[in-house]
Amino acid sequence: MLSIFYQGMLAFNPPQDEIVAELSEIKSKLANVAADSSDAQDLTVRQLELRELQETIDKSFLSKPPAPSAREAGIGPALMGSIWVCAGCTAFFLPLGVGTAIFLEEFKPRNKFLRWLSDMLQLNINNLAGVPSIVYGILGMTVFATMFGLFGSPNEPFFELGTKFKRQYVTEGMQVVFVPVADRDETPTLVDGMTALKSDGSEVKLNIIGDDDDFPEDDATLAVSLFSDSDGGVVAENAWYSFRLPFGRSVLAASMTLMLVILPVVIISTQEALRAVPMSLRQGAQGLGCTPWQTVRNVTLPAAIPGIMTGCILSMSRAIGEAAPILMISGIVAISMGPQHLMDDFSILPLQIYYWAGQPVNDADPFNFQHVAAGAIIVLLLVLFAFNSVAIVLRQIAQKRLS
Amino acid sequence: MKQTLAIFALTIVTCFLTVSTQAQSGLKDLEGTINIDGSSTVAPITIEADAGFRKIAPKVKVPVGVSGTGGGFKRFTKGETDISDASRPIKYKEFESCKANGVSFIEIPVAYDGLTVAVGKSNDFVEQLTVDQLKKIFLADSKDKSFTNAKTWKDIDDSWPATEIKIFSPGTDSGTFDYFKEVVVGKSDASMRADMSVSEDDNVLVQGIAKTEGAIGFFGASYYFANQDKLKGVKIVNPDSGEAVEVSAANIESGVYAPFSRPLFIYVNSKSARRPEVKVFVNYYLDNAPELAAKVKYVGLPKEIGDAAKAHFKTRKVGTHFWEMNNGEPAKREGSLSEVYTVENLLK
Amino acid sequence: MAVADTANQKPAVLQRRQFRSLATTRFREWFILAALACCTAFTLLITVTIVCLLVGQTIQFFSMPETSISDFLFGLTWSPTLGNEKLFGIWPLICGTMWVTVIAMCVALPLGLVTAIYLSEYAPKRLRNVLKPILELLAGIPTVVYGFFALVVITPALQAIGIQVDFYNAVSAGIAVGILCLPTVASLSEDALQAVPRRLREAAYGLGGTKFDVSLKVVVPAALSGIISAFLLAAARAIGETMIVAMAAGALANLTIDPRQQIQTMTGHMASTATGDISNFDVRYYSIYAVALVLFFITLTLTVIGNVVRRRFQEAYD
Repeated sequence: MLSIFYQGMLAFNPPQDEIVAELSEIKSKLANVAADSSDAQDLTVRQLELRELQETIDKSFLSKPPAPSAREAGIGPALMGSIWVCAGCTAFFLPLGVGTAIFLEEFKPRNKFLRWLSDMLQLNINNLAGVPSIVYGILGMTVFATMFGLFGSPNEPFFELGTKFKRQYVTEGMQVVFVPVADRDETPTLVDGMTALKSDGSEVKLNIIGDDDDFPEDDATLAVSLFSDSDGGVVAENAWYSFRLPFGRSVLAASMTLMLVILPVVIISTQEALRAVPMSLRQGAQGLGCTPWQTVRNVTLPAAIPGIMTGCILSMSRAIGEAAPILMISGIVAISMGPQHLMDDFSILPLQIYYWAGQPVNDADPFNFQHVAAGAIIVLLLVLFAFNSVAIVLRQIAQKRLS
Repeated sequence: MKQTLAIFALTIVTCFLTVSTQAQSGLKDLEGTINIDGSSTVAPITIEADAGFRKIAPKVKVPVGVSGTGGGFKRFTKGETDISDASRPIKYKEFESCKANGVSFIEIPVAYDGLTVAVGKSNDFVEQLTVDQLKKIFLADSKDKSFTNAKTWKDIDDSWPATEIKIFSPGTDSGTFDYFKEVVVGKSDASMRADMSVSEDDNVLVQGIAKTEGAIGFFGASYYFANQDKLKGVKIVNPDSGEAVEVSAANIESGVYAPFSRPLFIYVNSKSARRPEVKVFVNYYLDNAPELAAKVKYVGLPKEIGDAAKAHFKTRKVGTHFWEMNNGEPAKREGSLSEVYTVENLLK
Repeated sequence: MAVADTANQKPAVLQRRQFRSLATTRFREWFILAALACCTAFTLLITVTIVCLLVGQTIQFFSMPETSISDFLFGLTWSPTLGNEKLFGIWPLICGTMWVTVIAMCVALPLGLVTAIYLSEYAPKRLRNVLKPILELLAGIPTVVYGFFALVVITPALQAIGIQVDFYNAVSAGIAVGILCLPTVASLSEDALQAVPRRLREAAYGLGGTKFDVSLKVVVPAALSGIISAFLLAAARAIGETMIVAMAAGALANLTIDPRQQIQTMTGHMASTATGDISNFDVRYYSIYAVALVLFFITLTLTVIGNVVRRRFQEAYD
């Protein structure tokens, strides 16, 4: 265990002795060769490369994206992905889980058939808690990610909301210009003199080269020149709440799948929290003429809140560590940025760890992907510690309140 | 004086660097997402390409998944991904599914992965093997007992000791396994023997072969290059020339190390290929394929195939080269990559 | 005007309050109840969807020419890709799963039980308050971490003490799964021990039993059904565990009596097939649904028995 810890600490500050050594070697060599020789040029280029490499290595492990070499690799996008997915998952399981628990605990039916039904539902929930998470992964893949193939593919969705489109063109002068369009399939007709946007928002007038026109020669014109038949490609700008059917391998699909895994656990722990509220409180409220829901809202729920929160936070910590269901849905292990909206692609920490742990290990290398995996594990465990300590504090509050 | 000169040189070099990137600096504004999924064998090259591409177009998002070649194709044939990494050519069913969904693609080889047959360092008798001897080692007994495989090394060559043969093989789903099987089994209806230690992790194969007496196994050449101190590569007798050839980058690239080098591919959705960010990414990938491949210890393609691939992409030649229609029945096209990868062989 | 009149008749304190009509309240009550019922129905929907999905795809699997139900259920070889024939006999996978589960339970049961007895019978309250959260933390550690732990710590440690294990093997994966299940066993058993009525303990002390006698000979037997249910629930978790076995147990479906070899579990097969190179139109791909269905039924049986046993036990002392 200590060795994992030691390896992991290395990931936050990867060794760069070799680079430092090579740099000093280059420096001493540079002093000896003629400054304008081709050797000197090569050396200087290498020096620049190495400095750039050092800069990348020096960036924080927590914000760097994953990279093909262990020293440059970080967990930035995966950490953001984990946070998004966990938050999304919580947003779903909280109402559903607490709602179900209240229904089963506080609205117990008197009718014999209904009581049997409620017993069955309880048994069902207990069973769901025992279903392997990878089975939920299969379910999530079919139901949320591809939606049985009923709604087309994520690239040509059946339904879309909160998305703006623009058509992206690369001009003959290698500049990027955008033309806003109404939907995914619209191809704007290019006319001479039409305005387009640059990425900083400034407007430019396009020069369209028709079949009869001469190819422009000066850089300024080239930068805004397009052939009349260039088709460019659509780029979607999604608001954070954007929505589409099917979900594809998005944050939303992953959140909902994890919700399935966690839901039974949340229901059971919430039921326990509700059960811990003394009967006398409920009876008091009912005696004052409260309806069942008024009793729940004003008396039982407030009394049980710390207990419910404890269960929910422990469930969140389980959600953040689940890898198997997400492996079935997404399997992305290299992505340069964290998710920006609910329909974005993502990677999560446990998946990164899984991938890195399976990478080839060269024993001779003092720093390999095993170290990076260990570093990611430390971060994941720290998150877990934070969750658990909050849960402990809340539990203490709960015990004080109810005793 | 020397120092001023050095600074002067530095400025020149920096200018040179900026000039060369000047043409591409406008691409810094490029936006969009390029969805990639597929083989975990090809993923390292693609991830390496993405790392380089980030410097040219930092705003483009390139999520690379490792759902496996099959999983990657499943999404690709539905049009969910823009590029699919593949450690084997597309299968006919997958190709059909593409057609059914109106997805057309450009097939691009990006590197060679050599296959190494290796034994432990302690094995002092095996130097070279022919394809026939390999069959004796790796094939299962036929049902009518007309063919029985070798149990000990003595069964193959009388001068060799009677140590038991222990076989280590990569995962049966992997492209490495597929390719090996294709070469050794060929068109016959024989199959690989079942009593092999199979592992998805090439490190396990390396450890197993190195530490087990009488062991033999095969895996990607990149692992052999990294573990030459523990393993002995077996020379393979080239069936055409009859010469025993050692595995090396040069021999793989020149094609002498036949038949054990297999190509790795990317499949680009031709509709996505119109999008500027995809176009720029694939062009970057193709321009740098040999260096990228070398970085992750694969072997770059010969220049002719690289150029053919670039031409294919530029002129958007869609379809697969690896299947042909024989009287309405699909048939796998045999032959080396340079023979197969021609415009005439395209099946749309 | 009548409304205003009745309002005027109310005491001054109540006049400021707005009273909703009874109909509104009733509708609100009904509406909320319906919403809560929908939440509950959702859990039922999950089960139905799982069963329908798995059964549907499994039927598709068995409708392929290469497969038959009898081979699947009684075949002793799982080699979809190697050998002369494609064989889909599930027993090697079940054997792999069994090994991991048995080893896990050998670790989790004694350790968990000892922990539970200590926490419930011996530990002072303050220590209990510290130990319980630690158990919870242990339960929350992500399974990939345990997998990594098995790979880089347990396997080398086993090799160091002279047990000849393969790099991938059932033993170290089983031990890691055991550590994973330990908190489940400990906390569920502790609940069971706590629920044993005080009068039983007092009677035993009254007969002159020592603390050890009382906890081992009176409390544990009294809580036995609770402990069994804890064991069954933990076993269900061990059977369904995926990441640890995918990382540390290997990928060779092996009907073996030697756990030092590499094996493949049902979950391991599903994970490696779903992420492997197998074409998704291939019969082998559909095998994951059949395996998932078997897995679902095994865990279902275990949890049902576990819950029934626990319920019996709860009733016994209520």
